[in-house]
Amino acid sequence: MFLREPERPTTGDWGFTSCFTFGSSSRLVVIWLKRKSCCLLLYLEDGRRSTCRDEDAVKAECGAETSGSASAAVMERFHWVQHRCQQLLLRGSERGRYAAPEGLAKSPSQDNPYCSYSSGKRRAVLSRHGPHQQESEAILRNYKGNAIRTTKYSLLTFIPMNLFEQFHRAANLYFLFLALLNWVPVVEAFQKEITMIPLLVVLIVIGIKDALEDYRRYLFDKKVNNNVVQVFCGKQKAYVERRWKNVQVGDFVRLSCNEIIPADMLLLFSSDPRGVCYIETANLDGETNLKQKQVVSDLPFQGEFTPESFHSRIECENPNNDLSRFRGYMEHSNGARVGLHNNNLLLRSCTIRNTETVVGIVVYAGHETKAMMNNSGPRYKRSRLEKRLNTDVLWCVLLLVVMCLTAAVGHGLWLKDHRDPVFQIDGETSPALAGFYVFWTMIIVLQVLIPISLYVSIEIVKLGQVYFIQNDLALYNEQLDSRIQCRALNITEDLGQIQYLFSDKTGTLTENKMVFRRCSIYGVEYPHEENARRLDVYEEEANAAGPSMTLRSGCSGKSRSCRSLSCTRSSVSLHTLTAESEEEEEEEQTSTHILSRTSAFLNHMARDVIPDPELMRKFHCVHSPESSLASSSSLELTYITDFFLALAICNSVVVSSPRHRQDAECEAAAPLKSLEDIKRMFHHFGFSPLSALSSLSPPQIKSSPNNLSSKPCTHGRTGASTGSSPPSTTEDPESNLEGSDPEGRGQGADAGQLKDREADDDVSTAKVEAADPPGADDDLVYEAESPDEAALVHAARAYSCTLRGRSAQSLLVDLPGVGPLAVQLLHILPFDSNRKRMSIVVRHPITGQVVVYTKGADCVIMDLAERPTGLELSAREIYTHIREQTQRHLDSYASEGLRTLCIAKKVLEEEEYEVWLKKQLLAESSIENREELMLESAQRLETNLTLLGATGIVDRLQEEVPETIEALQRAGVKVWVLTGDKQETAINIAHSCKLLCPNDQLLTVNCDSKDACVALLAELKHQHGGAGGGSAAAGGPEDGLPSSILVVDGRTLGWALQDELSSHFLELSSACKAVICCRSTPLQKSQVVRLIRDQLRVITLAVGDGANDVSMIQTADVGIGISGQEGMQAVMSSDFAISRFKHLSKLLLVHGHWCHCRLANMVLYFIYKNVMYGNLLFWYQFFCGFSGSVMTNSWVLILFNLLFTSVPPLIYGVLDQDASADALMCLPEVYTHTSKVYAPRVFWITLLDAFYQSLVCFFVPYFALAGSEVAELSLGSSINASALLIILLHQVLESHTLTWIHAVVLLLSGASYFGFVLLFSVVCVTCSPPTNPVGVETLQMSQPLFYTICALTTVVALLPRLFFRVLHNTLHPSAVLKSAQMDAVDSEMYRRRMERWNQHEAGVRPDLRPSAASAASCRT
Amino acid sequence: MMASSYNAKEEDGHHSGAATHGVVGAAKSKKPDNTAFKQQRLPAWQPILTAGTVLPAFFVIGLIFIPIGIGLYVTSNNIKEFEIDYTGADINSPCYNCAQNLSWNSTSQCHCSLNFTLTQPFESTVFMYYGLSNFYQNHRRYVKSRDDSQLNGDVSSLMDPNKECEPYRKNDGLPIAPCGAIANSLFNDTLTLYYIDSNGTKNPVSMVKKGIAWWTDKHVKFRNPGANDNLTVAFQGTTKPINWRNPVYELDPSDPDNNGFINEDLIVWMRTAALPTFRKLYRIIQKKSGTTPTLSSGNYLLNITYNYPVLSFAGHKRMILSTISWMGGKNPFLGIAYMTVGSICFFLGVVLLIIHHKYDTRNTSADIPN
Repeated sequence: MFLREPERPTTGDWGFTSCFTFGSSSRLVVIWLKRKSCCLLLYLEDGRRSTCRDEDAVKAECGAETSGSASAAVMERFHWVQHRCQQLLLRGSERGRYAAPEGLAKSPSQDNPYCSYSSGKRRAVLSRHGPHQQESEAILRNYKGNAIRTTKYSLLTFIPMNLFEQFHRAANLYFLFLALLNWVPVVEAFQKEITMIPLLVVLIVIGIKDALEDYRRYLFDKKVNNNVVQVFCGKQKAYVERRWKNVQVGDFVRLSCNEIIPADMLLLFSSDPRGVCYIETANLDGETNLKQKQVVSDLPFQGEFTPESFHSRIECENPNNDLSRFRGYMEHSNGARVGLHNNNLLLRSCTIRNTETVVGIVVYAGHETKAMMNNSGPRYKRSRLEKRLNTDVLWCVLLLVVMCLTAAVGHGLWLKDHRDPVFQIDGETSPALAGFYVFWTMIIVLQVLIPISLYVSIEIVKLGQVYFIQNDLALYNEQLDSRIQCRALNITEDLGQIQYLFSDKTGTLTENKMVFRRCSIYGVEYPHEENARRLDVYEEEANAAGPSMTLRSGCSGKSRSCRSLSCTRSSVSLHTLTAESEEEEEEEQTSTHILSRTSAFLNHMARDVIPDPELMRKFHCVHSPESSLASSSSLELTYITDFFLALAICNSVVVSSPRHRQDAECEAAAPLKSLEDIKRMFHHFGFSPLSALSSLSPPQIKSSPNNLSSKPCTHGRTGASTGSSPPSTTEDPESNLEGSDPEGRGQGADAGQLKDREADDDVSTAKVEAADPPGADDDLVYEAESPDEAALVHAARAYSCTLRGRSAQSLLVDLPGVGPLAVQLLHILPFDSNRKRMSIVVRHPITGQVVVYTKGADCVIMDLAERPTGLELSAREIYTHIREQTQRHLDSYASEGLRTLCIAKKVLEEEEYEVWLKKQLLAESSIENREELMLESAQRLETNLTLLGATGIVDRLQEEVPETIEALQRAGVKVWVLTGDKQETAINIAHSCKLLCPNDQLLTVNCDSKDACVALLAELKHQHGGAGGGSAAAGGPEDGLPSSILVVDGRTLGWALQDELSSHFLELSSACKAVICCRSTPLQKSQVVRLIRDQLRVITLAVGDGANDVSMIQTADVGIGISGQEGMQAVMSSDFAISRFKHLSKLLLVHGHWCHCRLANMVLYFIYKNVMYGNLLFWYQFFCGFSGSVMTNSWVLILFNLLFTSVPPLIYGVLDQDASADALMCLPEVYTHTSKVYAPRVFWITLLDAFYQSLVCFFVPYFALAGSEVAELSLGSSINASALLIILLHQVLESHTLTWIHAVVLLLSGASYFGFVLLFSVVCVTCSPPTNPVGVETLQMSQPLFYTICALTTVVALLPRLFFRVLHNTLHPSAVLKSAQMDAVDSEMYRRRMERWNQHEAGVRPDLRPSAASAASCRT
Repeated sequence: MMASSYNAKEEDGHHSGAATHGVVGAAKSKKPDNTAFKQQRLPAWQPILTAGTVLPAFFVIGLIFIPIGIGLYVTSNNIKEFEIDYTGADINSPCYNCAQNLSWNSTSQCHCSLNFTLTQPFESTVFMYYGLSNFYQNHRRYVKSRDDSQLNGDVSSLMDPNKECEPYRKNDGLPIAPCGAIANSLFNDTLTLYYIDSNGTKNPVSMVKKGIAWWTDKHVKFRNPGANDNLTVAFQGTTKPINWRNPVYELDPSDPDNNGFINEDLIVWMRTAALPTFRKLYRIIQKKSGTTPTLSSGNYLLNITYNYPVLSFAGHKRMILSTISWMGGKNPFLGIAYMTVGSICFFLGVVLLIIHHKYDTRNTSADIPN
């Protein structure tokens, strides 16, 4: 995606780095350390570097900076730097290397080598194999080794530490309180051990979970620690294999391609001649584009690096977690200091790519590495349902207190009437005090009322739910081989209550597989019809055959076992169990994402752009002109050339290609260029099309043919030039003006001359080169930050304008007929979302001019490309025409739903460039408001652009997006599209994804001022408030009225989000069916979400795929990341990660609904169960003088909840389906009823029912046995058995589906109870005083009375619920029920469909679209 | 499928290149298994509770419950039961004097007799109960106040009873056997029954005092301490409960099998009643052979050795004679409840039938076109 913010500074921005170019040959790099010292690196013309350190000067300078105003300081610094440079340049001519002055060389840290690092600010690192063995040993001993231990416990500390952690939970404290309470003799209710059981069970369950979790971590640590890496061994003088855990600070580590970096280390050597190496940081941040790292500059040795010769001392900051910052310096044995920055540091757990061998010295190891310090645990969100649950639990607490108070008062009164009877043991206690004691006793007795174990159960249920969500085939993406990832484990039920969905457009609704579709250059549209056909064909193919060619040859797959070395998860909740268990999967998933992500750029669709024949002809006639001149003017050809050059280079694409290819290519390219050829080409360009530009700006050609041809081999490498040698094309400015001619020539003359020249020239060479097939280097791999960049580069390549390599200083581009050309890269003004464009400043390879190529959003570029001044009238007219035409084309592109970009250029005169450069450098080197200055500087440059043309990039809609959106809207979910795209594109996409129906009313709110915005909002609200509100209340599209869609642009949105307008905006938007916010910034996206979430108190869901959606995803109640083309930021910050938008419908409509219903029902059932059982004990108090006596054996009492009836609710919470998946997909309307499952009314009804059932369950046995010789335990036996039957059968009534699992669990639960009590009554003779159950149950169960009572109780207890449920279902059948009924009717059809499905699965090619199949069957 | 196999090749190709550390886990597709369980498509029974589906259940329940209710009711009505209160709370009662002067400490025995008439003969075996009212044998502290291991014959517990027995654990430094409040409050009235025949002579009704306790209690839960038969020796070093007149080994000196802890009156008492008004089995009057009723109708005399004070907590004492059936003693509740519930179910079934006719058909017919 194009519109996005820069993600992180790429350079080492510690302190700051300034770069000055003096004249054309030397550059001065000033590296500022923080306040203390400063390093000057001077790149002299011969490639050597000079280093100098001047502390005094810096000190003075820093003082000035702190005291003076910012700009003054900046200016002053600039002058000072200039001054220093002059000196250095002078001296540099005498001596190549600068040692620091004698007095300054001795830094305090050298005098006392231990003071600096022991002071805690910095650390010193020495080579382990250097000359000062002892000193280094002494220093390095203090640093941690590379072994990591992410486990929380060891075998010894597990029990105490785990217990300590667990008692941080309120629930456990409650249990502990109860257990302790039971130890107070006067309130003791049960045997002392028994109240410990719940606590012990919870502690053990959680403890086992924690132990397993920790064990997994231990295994993972072990695996990581035992990875093998090559480390230099001082004794053997060679690299030997060593385990990661044995790597220490100061070791030299050699890594080859695709190896994972074991520790943070400084890059000292790279096999790459330019001293760079590429790393992939996917393990750290999920970004897969390669990052370039640089060997520490100015190392004292040349050539191959040998660890023995490394005697330098490294001082760097103490370990911290800032991934983008590293400061330090390296002090060589001769006292010279070199600054170190982030670009020198290889971070642990990144992967080396595209580089044969690198050597580094470890500076941070193990837990001190930046990767390890950046760990964070899993996300923990609290779901809406859990919040509701908490209030209900509070009600339960209140109920408990009321009951206990009743018992206390009752006991007091009872005691008053019974003074000192024979059964009264402790007659002396006053009734009040006894009542007080009874209160506490009752708290122990009725502890089941508080469903504390519910929290544990909920966690277990959610694990089950997550398991099923992750195992859903419909949420599996075959193409990416990725399942849904549930990253937040405890908000599954929120998925069932979504009311607002905020969606990103690009990559979320669309594929984000950018494919070059068409373009317009010089006001001429090239429709690329072949290309369009190809895209159609591809689409069909994709639908028919599925993806089979989406993989690339790369190394991403290899590293999967070592991914995410950082895995400290710390949490005490059960959630982490799956987090852990899924971790490996996630890792693999990550790797496959990368695999597929990169492959997406390469798939044929994006890569094989079929050139438009007309354009191809025009472009190639640049060098085979005899065919072209008839049809196109040379100016047009210039435009075309520039256009494609801009496409190829104006980007941040990194080219990587297998090495052997490069070498081969190098050889192939070398003989291609002879001086003659170049000259010929040069002439050709000099006089033909490019000279037409001379009317716009005088060409200043500096390129030297000699240089171009002298280093073709270097160019053939990954980059264009080695780091040590300055870009060659800029040398010798005087010698190569032969082809250029300032200003004087008219176009006609050009053409004429050109003709002559062409006639003379040997054109065949050019032709051969034009034919140079791009297919030969097919395995160039472009790694782009955004897919549209890649699309443009591929498009350029289709026209034989191939980007071959990129380095810090230059770009290597193939031009048709010219071959590899080094384009000197002067500046990149990277994309930012404010400017909405990026620019690249290069020295034109052919004309030698300084050219600015700008690529950006059309509105911005069109504004900037007003009309270049100083044109002749005719040229101006032509230009105006081009602009108008291009604008027309842009509009048509936008209405086609294409993403439009404009390409413009600007030729800078040398002086102009110098002026700008100064300011730019100033901006770069400023500290205080660097951002603004940079922005200003960029804006200064990007003016008076010449519009070259525009591109239209197709971003196909993902499959089934319209269906999904329709389903979601039918489900009452309001869909908002928040996009950074332009309004037309957004509306167009909205049309194509059926968000916008043809007869919908479009309310567009674009205002230029806040006042206008106020007025417009008020008016629209007035117009649509009444009708719209009505239709919104009616709840959907079926009312037939045209609904309105609100379209807001970013600027208006900014005002609308302000406090005083937000209410208007809210009202208006809630009256609309959908809202489209275009041109919105990431911040605005999150603001919108927050506004809706907080003001309307609804549950919001945000779905997005890019870094620009992260804030929105994090703000929303449920954040969903789409793992697509744009890296992993969105996924990393999301709660759920899916791979296609269409998965949303199944995720919300089915899983969300299920999860919510299941959990809500389970919670209600759990509360019911506890209240029902707890009340039984309470009713008994009326017959035992409120003494806190229980009629059951205390073991049975405690285990009843903990064991006998604990599993059925879990099964209920995991497996219940109130309607089948198909029915839910067919009837999205059901979704709106989801939240009613756990309405407060339902809670109270449940509570009431629990009271009723407990009354029945107690009093039926009571009346049946009253007055008889019934013993305490016998009464309890029939009550317990009835309660068990009621509770289990209640669940059967409540369950919507019953599978064999339900049956088994229910039977086992019943059997476990009866088995336990029977066994207990046989075995336990004196084991459970005072209520020894021996003989009780056996006797009871041998009597028919027992069964008579149980049957009656069960029927009477369940009768009302059954009857009212039946009445309700019959008289007011809910949509869910209807769908279930429909299911029953359709069961035959369903069975057939299942068969079909299974057949499909058994077949060769799996069905990719189960939901489509079900959708089809819905309609039948 | 194809994608995954391709993947594997990739992996292999790169193993040779640079992999020094172990790459485990060959590329396997993460495609979830298409099993009925994992895809949540297990064949399930969906109980859709509507009038149409449920109304048969109501009728069935009604049809089953009503006969059961009738059966229970008839059974309960066939049970003969006679109950007489001998508390002596009423001044007219023969036991009034005994009741008034009684306390746990009184040493002299007080006797009283009650006359009563059985209007109907009791044909089968008759169970004689004593009933207590307002006696909270289920009080939490009371229930706990016992030592089961002591009662189970554990010698160490005999000499050092459980703390729960406090304050009836030790007396004068000697452990109480059996300790605790339950044993201490043992019902110690003696009831004897005489049949007064037509010429006024008192014929004692023979009553069996064994077999009144649960078999498990008698044979498993309660045991006398020590191996020797001499209970006096076995209980040496212990003292009697405070309220008792005789030590435990003199509960039934005549029958060693009913003496000490295994005395059945003690065992019955030790099984605490669930409710404050309860009865406990006292004696069994065995059915005579032949056709003579166990207790023929006529006048009877109940002789009471009145030892047990209940007036202090407004309690009442009763003597109950009852035959029993398969469902226990006389209790019409279950029969009536079954009949009522059965009728209600039947009625609701009819209601549902009407509702079903009115609504259910319409709904299903409306749904099918969907």
